[in-house]
Amino acid sequence: MKSHEYIEKRLGLLGALIIVVISFGGLAEIVPLFHMSKTTTPIEGMKPWSALQLEGRDIYIREGCHVCHTQMVRPFRAETERYGHYSVAGESVWERPFLWGSKRTGPDLARLGGKYSDDWHRAHMYNPRDVVPESNMPSFPWLFTKTLTGEDTAQKMRVMQTLGVPYTDEEIEVARETVHGKTEIEALIAYLQGLGLAMKDR
Amino acid sequence: MFNDSLPTFWSIWVAIITLIVILGCLWLVLAVKKSEKYKEETEHTVGHAFDGIEEFDNPLPRWWYMKFLGTIVFGLGYLVLYPGLGNFQGILNWSSTGQWQEEMAAAEVKYGPVFAAFGEKSIEELAKDPAALEVGGRLFANNCAVCHGSGAKGAYGFPNLTDEDWLYGGSPEKIKESLNLGRMANMPAWQGILGDAGIEETSHYVVSLSGRAHDEALAAKGQAHFQTYCAACHMPTGQGMQMLGAPNLTDDVWLYKAPNLTVLESVKQTLRHGRQGVMPAQLPRLGEDKVHLLTAYVYSLSQK
Repeated sequence: MKSHEYIEKRLGLLGALIIVVISFGGLAEIVPLFHMSKTTTPIEGMKPWSALQLEGRDIYIREGCHVCHTQMVRPFRAETERYGHYSVAGESVWERPFLWGSKRTGPDLARLGGKYSDDWHRAHMYNPRDVVPESNMPSFPWLFTKTLTGEDTAQKMRVMQTLGVPYTDEEIEVARETVHGKTEIEALIAYLQGLGLAMKDR
Repeated sequence: MFNDSLPTFWSIWVAIITLIVILGCLWLVLAVKKSEKYKEETEHTVGHAFDGIEEFDNPLPRWWYMKFLGTIVFGLGYLVLYPGLGNFQGILNWSSTGQWQEEMAAAEVKYGPVFAAFGEKSIEELAKDPAALEVGGRLFANNCAVCHGSGAKGAYGFPNLTDEDWLYGGSPEKIKESLNLGRMANMPAWQGILGDAGIEETSHYVVSLSGRAHDEALAAKGQAHFQTYCAACHMPTGQGMQMLGAPNLTDDVWLYKAPNLTVLESVKQTLRHGRQGVMPAQLPRLGEDKVHLLTAYVYSLSQK
């Protein structure tokens, strides 16, 4: 136990060795995924979020939707019957940060796009009890009055572009004017209606 | 399809790190065991004290030691049976998607014949078949009730399916068409064309069609607007046209009567802003078998 004692009494060395040991997990489980085509190639037909959808996605994050809703259909029949095709890695290639979530208080939303009408989403977001009497989801009435300035939209898209999302410079140029003045609910619904569309016909 | 496997280098990388970690754990526990000073519990301490707290220099408890070794054996066994060592899939050849496919195949064996039997029957027959309606009712509750209500009586903006009034037709064929392909209504906004006065006049005429209280003079002016702009879809009589989903305005069914407004005020709102009701297509989500049963269930609701 001499060497044990030697390490334990030298904080710097102990810290360095702890980091080495912990890094084994990441080196084996995370790093190789950067080199696997399945996890780095977007699935066929996938489109990046539009400027409005990208703003909607940020509202989704701001309101904490991902705290109660997952975006991850697991490969179980009980889930694929209800939500649609199970989630695949290629769908999340441009998701930064990903919104898979870890807890389902509400249903999974990975395949929500096109499932309900825009009108339904408006009614539901304004007061969920109006359309789902037993719902315990909060109401989000402020989304209907707050509007987007679009000031940061182009910058957000530029960051995404740097991270590998194929936005064109033209799209980024018109981003501000396409979202300026839109209500937050419009942006959020545009995002929700785009969820899972690339996997719709599989 | 995607290439599921890792490049060879990374496959070996994963395998080596995984084995290093497991064998490292094994080495650690054996080394600790070997270096024990006392083989039984004693009063000896390791010799240091913090705030008066000392530590006995006891051997590893046997159960703890055995469990530690057990997890290592379990880990190695797992890596032989299941995927974990890079691209080696394990001798059981298990995968999560493979398990899902088995589940789906088992369900097909069980439910396939049930749906096939329903599929051979006509909608009219199924609408009288309690077993079919039970399945259809479950499908309705899971997929349709959030808009149309659990009793299918609809809500503000979502049609009632239990009455005789149909936007796009209530025959089995038309109901199936609505379910399969969805519907997209498009009532334009008239504020820009009619102006405030025109909206006022036209709405008085519209409510007069169903015999509601209205202002005669305004309605008379509204009739002219109606024949110019509205009759193309709602027909000159106001009875609507199912081919376009233009509602009948002469009955007492008001899809867009807002809970806090009168019929007259709701009609004004509709005229000002237009309406774009959407029924989402169900065929891509549910498939033919289930749409067939749902059609029968929805059809049965108005056949009582």
